[in-house]
Amino acid sequence: MNLRRDVFQAIADPTRRAILLLVASQSMTAGAIAANFDTARPTVSKHLQILTECELLEQEQNGREIVYHFNAKKMKAVADFIEPFRNLWEDRFNKLEAVMKKYKSSKK
Amino acid sequence: MERKTQIHAVDGKQEIRITREFDLPLTLLFKAYEEAALIEQWMGTTVIKLDNKRHGSYQFETTDPVGNKHPFSGTIHAFNPNHSIIRTFEMENSSFGPQLEFLEFEAIDEDRSRLSMHVLYRSVEVRDEILQLPFAQGINMAHNRLQKIFNR
Repeated sequence: MNLRRDVFQAIADPTRRAILLLVASQSMTAGAIAANFDTARPTVSKHLQILTECELLEQEQNGREIVYHFNAKKMKAVADFIEPFRNLWEDRFNKLEAVMKKYKSSKK
Repeated sequence: MERKTQIHAVDGKQEIRITREFDLPLTLLFKAYEEAALIEQWMGTTVIKLDNKRHGSYQFETTDPVGNKHPFSGTIHAFNPNHSIIRTFEMENSSFGPQLEFLEFEAIDEDRSRLSMHVLYRSVEVRDEILQLPFAQGINMAHNRLQKIFNR
């Protein structure tokens, strides 16, 4: 596997997933991203640093500010890799849920 | 848009975590793992043997659309109703060897529950191989693909 060691850890965190969703819709400065969260600014900066290190976000210097862009290519590499495996479990668990709902109503 | 089933696989580790929240009370979720007739329905498999207890074991067999039989089995180390199952799992036709599975069941509220699976493989390589198998849909298709890979 040529994925960076921490990509999966990066997307495992709910705040970082929220940041990715946010930046995916629109490139933003660190300040604008932080304004969307109750979390302290240094904490958001740390999340941005992790996302940048594993190349899910890309930085661009724009005057005095840094603008963050979403790296769709990298995200796709992660999704492609894990997605079929996840889908297998999703299908299996959906079946379980359906079977048990039917079972429940048959017992009433 | 939180996804229902989450796979947590840290690169370079020989384990994965699978979590899923169900729109089912805890007792019903656990029952899906307890009763052979229900397991057959949701896993689309035939239960040959199921001895759900400490020192127990299980043996299932899935038939793919082409008619090939795919046995899988394991031993049960702990079986605590509505709480946890510790077991091994092995696809007998494969060269992967057994994996160790810790299943934890918990209630979220009266109507919803959560299953957390912690799965440990023999090595990082085996885990990555299993994760990367092009599982497309459902266990039957997966078994088809596996069969092709092993027949190469």
